[in-house]
This record gives sequence, structure tokens and C-alpha cells, in this order.
Amino acid sequence: MIAPFKEIYRYIDLPIKSSRRLGRIIVLACHDMGNALIMLASATLYIRTLWKPRARYETAMQLYVTGIKSLGVITVVAFFTGMILALQTGLELRRFGQEVNIGTAVTVVMIREMGPFMTGLIIAASVGSAIAAQLGTMAVSEEISALEVMSINPNRFLVMPRLVALAVMMPILTVYTNILGILGGGIVGSTQLGVSFQAYLDNATRYAENKDLYVGLFKAFIFGIIISTVACYQGLSTIEGAVGVGRATRQTVIISFLMILIIGYMITRLFYI
Amino acid sequence: MIIFDKVTKRLGGKTVLNEVSFEVPRGETFVIVGLSGAGKSVTLKHMVQLMRPDSGAVRIGEDVISAARGAELERMRRRFGVLFQGAALLQWLSVFENVALPLRELTKMTPEEIEKTVREKLRLLNMEDSMETFPSDLSGGMQKRVGLARAIVMNPEIILYDEPTSGLDPVTSRLIDKLIENLRKELGITSVVVTHDLHSALAIGTRIMMIDGGKIVENATPEEFIESTNETVQRFLEAQYITRRGAWEKGMEQHV
Ligand SMILES: Nc1ncnc2c1ncn2[C@@H]1O[C@H](COP(=O)(O)OP(=O)(O)OP(=O)(O)O)[C@@H](O)[C@H]1O
Ligand SMILES: [Mg+2]
Repeated sequence: MIAPFKEIYRYIDLPIKSSRRLGRIIVLACHDMGNALIMLASATLYIRTLWKPRARYETAMQLYVTGIKSLGVITVVAFFTGMILALQTGLELRRFGQEVNIGTAVTVVMIREMGPFMTGLIIAASVGSAIAAQLGTMAVSEEISALEVMSINPNRFLVMPRLVALAVMMPILTVYTNILGILGGGIVGSTQLGVSFQAYLDNATRYAENKDLYVGLFKAFIFGIIISTVACYQGLSTIEGAVGVGRATRQTVIISFLMILIIGYMITRLFYI
Repeated sequence: MIIFDKVTKRLGGKTVLNEVSFEVPRGETFVIVGLSGAGKSVTLKHMVQLMRPDSGAVRIGEDVISAARGAELERMRRRFGVLFQGAALLQWLSVFENVALPLRELTKMTPEEIEKTVREKLRLLNMEDSMETFPSDLSGGMQKRVGLARAIVMNPEIILYDEPTSGLDPVTSRLIDKLIENLRKELGITSVVVTHDLHSALAIGTRIMMIDGGKIVENATPEEFIESTNETVQRFLEAQYITRRGAWEKGMEQHV
């Protein structure tokens, strides 16, 4: 379904004028983007089949893989992100005798930006790359073709559960990241900066708004969709054996990172200006 | 019933099929032979539109499958069972789940009926004991047999086999040959078999076609095929020590 278009990639390496080559790459990028969006739309429509036992099972599996398997890394990263934030801003604020305000600083930065951002990067690098590698391997060993011949739509059978799992798990994991980050900040505050934990928490809850939380979670939700779409598309359109799987995995991480940065900025702009 | 009409396909800058036309009549076992890379798998993929021709058409009876889309394509594909060259089993499902997959996804059968059907098909292929095993723990030949069980589980009217016996021991190979033969004789199923094994080709085929250099170099009954004057065919026969009628006839009696 998707594979034939990728055959065009073979010709990129032909010796053609570099200006034409750039044009061709742009055309292909748009082409891929369009196809990825079609895949996303199709998988979204299939969410209505979620109640079927098979789909439920697959989705539960993906939720488990996404949620539980990456919890370890996320815990460490979240904790240290909060600690670094507290230390850096705390040291600056101490020069003005304002170190009690690190509560607000850490909380707002975590829930608005760093929580979804860090979670997104970790999930893209761990879960996204794994999805691309798995689907890529399936594509090159003709398993996707076998599904298509059996009239089992890969968008329903493979993409939809992963899309749902990531779109649901990203906000949940982000909440977890936020909590741990804020805790980490509190520990640094009480041990290094002389701000008691209670004062830190009071300060944290006083200035942070609900809107900050919602926007952060909305970001996480969008990041989940981005990661699953990029990973599934790259995986399903893999060609050329093991090398192709490697390329799909690499592309998934790179494109997800870029899109998380760019779209994250755009969402911030949209809601805060 | 499967008709190739001047099918041309270019892949990676090479013309793999060049205006290829042939017909697979209903109820026959049609064998495609050829050297590695000759385009046998590509030919098979055109029959279920896993590839589309650059020009020409592939028809299944009246249906033009090479141009079909959506629900229409699904309807045509349901008539097929396909065994892929690498078996193409889903790695995270057990043998049982792999064979049960089309039944679960496409039929309204109860779990008991599914269990019964899957068991029956796996028994045909001597794979009943490995039902709970995962594909990665099976040998290549065993995976092939599971792939074959999956291909026939929906009782299709046309079955495509991409090298069903490669990687199998001679005894199991003959088992598969017999299975293909029985499907034709008892159920009138149309089979298209890609193989390197000329002994089995001559034993089960009702027609044998050889592809070379993007063209059909021979398309004949087994009897005519070994008498072929075409040089490519003769070289192919000699490479497998088949030179006279007697040799393969004796082989055939033993096999089937
Ligand atoms: N997806 C593809 N993209 C580019 N080239 C391809 C593709 N699939 C097949 N080819 C090329 O088409 C030719 C025929 O391939 P095919 O797989 O049909 O060979 P085959 O006859 O099945 O060989 P074997 O007996 O080794 O399986 C080969 O040269 C192969 O490199
Ligand atoms: Mg082949």
C-alpha cells in the first residue's frame, strides 16, 4: 500500500543536477507527509473497532510496552531534570534573595515545557524507534504483505493500537514526569538552597495555573500522535532489508525529535501569546 | 482463470517482466520455474496485487485485479491463499494464533470452531505438536509448513506457493507435494507453485512455465517440458540431472 512510493527513493542517488535533486527531495518529503497523514486518518477511523477482543488485546499490549517498559528511564530523567532546574534557577534567585520562588520556577517550567518535552524525547527514542524497527522488520520479511493479502488492514491491525497507546500514555507519563521533576526540585531546594519542602510546595502551588497543566498535557497528547505516526509510517514503508530497518529507525528518532521541538514551540506560541 | 496480459514491470532500473502473457487455467497446478532472480516471486506478487504492472493487466477470470481498489480488491484477494517465500509469520503470535488469525479477523466462527479448524490444518502438515510454539523457535521448514497451514485455512479457491519445499527435507517435501496434488484432485483447487525443485515440478505440475530474462521461454505440459528444445530449459534440466523421460517418470511414481 505504501511501499511502491518508496521505490522512488532508489533514484535519488542517480547523478542528477543538485538543484533538481533538492526539488526531488522536497517533493518526496511532501509525498511522505501526505501518505503519513492518510495513514493517520485511516488509523483514527479504525478506533471504532477498539472494542473487538483482538484490537483490545493489541492495544493493551502496546499500552503496557509504552507505559511500563520506559518507566525506569523516565523516572531518572524526570528526577534529574527537576533537580537541575531547581539548582540553576535557585542559584540565580539566591543572588536576589528570592530562592523561595524556585517552587514556582520549577513547577511552571516542568508542566508547561520540560515535562512533555522530556517525556516525548524519551518515548520517541525508546518506544518510537522500537515500533519502527518492529514494523520495518515485518515489512521486509513480507509479513505486512501477508496481512494485506489476508485483507487484514495494517492500519487497523498494527497502526491503530500503537496510535491509541501512545496518545493515551504520553499524557499519563507526562504527569508522572511532572510529579517526579517537582519532587526532585524540592529535594534540591531543601538540601542545597535552604528552602524547606513545605515552603517549596506552597510556593509551587500558589502560582502555577491549571491552564499550564492542560496545555502541557495537550502537548503530550500531540507528541504521542506525532511519535506513533512517524514510527509507524517509517516502519511500514521500509524497503531493502536490514539496512532499511536501520534507516527507518534512525529517521523515526530524528524526525520525531525535530517535530517535537517545532510543534512544541508552535503550541506554546498558540496558547501564550 | 488467472490471466497475464502483456505485463511489464521494471524494478530498480531493471525490466523484470517484459510483456509477459500467459494463462493459468482453472483447476490446474501451474508450476513456475526459473533461475534465482528471474522474477518468479514478482510474477506471483502481481497475482494478488502486492505489485502493480507498469503496463498490461492481470485478471482473475473477469476481474481485473491489477486495477482493483478498496473493497473490490479485498473481495478478489479473499479467493487466494498465499504461502510466502519466507513464510511471513507474525513473530509475536504463536503457531496456533498465526493460523487462527484470518479466521478470527475475517469470519464469525466461534472459538471452538476456530480451534477445530486450525488443529485440522496443522495436522495435515504434521505441525500439530508445535501449536503453542513461537515462529522464532521453529526451523525454516517448519515455519514454511505453518505458513502453508495459514494459506489454506480459509479454504481458498486459488493457492499461490512461493517455494513451498525449499529448505525442507526430502520426506517432508514429498508430503507437501502430495498435499498440493490432493487439493487439486479432491477440491479442484487452482495452484500456482514457484519452485527450484524440478522433480517436484514434474511430479505435481499440470503445466510448467519457465521465465528467463523477463520473458517466458517455455510454457508446456511436463511431458513436453522435458522434451523442450529450448537451450535455457535444457540447461536447467541438465543441471538437475534430468535428461531423459525415464528418469523423472520413475521419480514421479515414487513421489505421488
Ligand atoms: N521490491 C523490489 N525492488 C526492487 N527490485 C526488486 C524488488 N523485488 C524484486 N526485485 C528484483 O526483481 C528481480 C526478480 O526478483 P524475484 O524476487 O522475483 O526473483 P525470484 O525469481 O523469485 O528469485 P528467487 O528464486 O531467488 O526467489 C530481482 O533482480 C530482484 O532484485
Ligand atoms: Mg522468489
